[in-house]
Amino acid sequence: MKSVEEIKAAIEAAVPGAGVTIVSNPGPSGQHSLRLSPEHAVKVGTFLRDDADLALDFLSNATGVDYLDKEIVEKVKVTRQVTKTMDGVEQTVEETVEETRKRIEPGYLETVYHLFSVAKKHGPVTLRMRTVNRSDQVELPSLTPVWRSAEFQEREIFDLFGVVFKGHPDLRRLLMWDEFKDHPMRRDYVDPDDYEYEPTPHDEVLTRAAAHRAGAAAGEGAGQ
Amino acid sequence: MSPSVTNPERLEGWNRPPLIETDGEGELLELAMGPHHPSTHGVFRMDLALDGERVVRLKPVFGYLHRNHEKIAEKVSYLASMPYTDRLDYICSLTNNWAYALAVEKLVGQSVPERAEYLRVIVGELTRVQNHASSIGFLLQEMGASGTPLMYAFREREKILDLFESLTGSRMMCNYMRFGGCRVDASPAWLEATRKVVTALPAFVDEFERFLSGSEIVMARCQGVGILKPELAVNAGVTGPMLRASGVNYDIRKVDHYGIYDRFKFRVPLGAVGDIYDRYMVRILEIRQSIGILEQALKEIPGGPVMDPKAKIRGFRPKPGEAYGRIESPKGELGFYLISDGGPNPYRYRVRPPSLINLTILEDMCLGSNVADVVLIFGSVDIVLGEVDR
Repeated sequence: MKSVEEIKAAIEAAVPGAGVTIVSNPGPSGQHSLRLSPEHAVKVGTFLRDDADLALDFLSNATGVDYLDKEIVEKVKVTRQVTKTMDGVEQTVEETVEETRKRIEPGYLETVYHLFSVAKKHGPVTLRMRTVNRSDQVELPSLTPVWRSAEFQEREIFDLFGVVFKGHPDLRRLLMWDEFKDHPMRRDYVDPDDYEYEPTPHDEVLTRAAAHRAGAAAGEGAGQ
Repeated sequence: MSPSVTNPERLEGWNRPPLIETDGEGELLELAMGPHHPSTHGVFRMDLALDGERVVRLKPVFGYLHRNHEKIAEKVSYLASMPYTDRLDYICSLTNNWAYALAVEKLVGQSVPERAEYLRVIVGELTRVQNHASSIGFLLQEMGASGTPLMYAFREREKILDLFESLTGSRMMCNYMRFGGCRVDASPAWLEATRKVVTALPAFVDEFERFLSGSEIVMARCQGVGILKPELAVNAGVTGPMLRASGVNYDIRKVDHYGIYDRFKFRVPLGAVGDIYDRYMVRILEIRQSIGILEQALKEIPGGPVMDPKAKIRGFRPKPGEAYGRIESPKGELGFYLISDGGPNPYRYRVRPPSLINLTILEDMCLGSNVADVVLIFGSVDIVLGEVDR
């Protein structure tokens, strides 16, 4: 079995400009992964499947991961001009101040694929892809044309995480019902407050249901 | 045009294949098979389009038993998910425990004592025996052999479940394994009882086979039906007895040698045609191989602790990292993918469900056959809805 670096070199030799980066795994399992750029993913996948040495003909596991927007607090040194009154005279002095700035690093959705080889009996090789953000640019290429086993698993990722797979033959929700609006596996998902049925209604649920009904009657968003 | 079972207006915006158009010569019948059809092993629906008796389209519909197991597991500690893995494939709770324990052990680099490894193999193989026996029983039930073969299988399963109960305290929801070993040790009396059950097993398989393998009806209904080609099986991620019945030699016990499987002598049965009969036969032969593994394990099991004394139980917080661990469960490759961010609960917890992924090729196997065969083909995949829908 080749190491991740060797696989990266092989991909870059076969698909020019593939843009593969190694994502190292600090844990003891030592399963490092390769991050693909979405434009070349299908080509890279086809290469990995058909290459005689690698022969990664079996896509075992495909799943999604959600990373929220991160607020990064930084301390920056800023030099600015301050007007001060010194000895009765107004003077402009340069002063260095430490300022705290907040920056939002956009979150992203990630798809993870675990590949094995049935022919060569090795693996796993982990592939990852990232979306641009979590709201409007959530498209990624589908690997179902390369490995059929991604068909239901990508539908599940679409359903639960909201990644839209381009090139998927039949992209529908898999587990939730078709009218459902949200994506439950996202980390900022909020449970709906209008449970249709509660086997043993207790105070907390009844209070929430009453608040929901009042909100719905007042024309607020009715949740799911 | 026959009345549609689905309302197209509801589905607007969801890239659903269009309702089938007729060519004017005859009408296609849309049939919703399930979710309460007795052959679906739970709540599962197949939307069929039929041209006479012939299936021209089959779309499985999932989610009736969905409770978002993965989300629940991400909200609780690592150990708290262990009892919940019992509920995935509720026929084989012990192998679910094993796969999860294996993935977490990979995540934290935990070793397992010798005796615990042997106990895992023993309970894992007992699980395989009872799963395969009952899945064949269900298959025969669907073939119309009402009750009798299933009860023969359940009689043996009952003996194995009694062993599970006396070891773990529960017949089906065993919750037996821990990260770094097993929860309780097996007494010498339990091992003796297990030996007795295992010694009696070959006679059961012989009896089962005598009635079934050469049966004219079984052969007529199963041979040449629901053929799965090996290339498609590998590409579609089919694993377990399904894959091996298509002639692909891939058994994770042999490939990964997880646990201590490199110490046992056993062979991997393979099919030649890839039809229902091959799947039935592969399961029968796997029971025989499992009996062999059980005999070796029960002979060699050493003494010692069943938990690694260094295993951390309280304040269990794996260092940041990720791991994918997989085992050969009776249904196929059962994998767990975990990402830790250093916290007490997993950042991402994913179950790779063999039952769901083995259904990817259900339509390919059923096209062109009739409805009665769909029941058999579906039964031969051997799924449990608790794992399909999670």
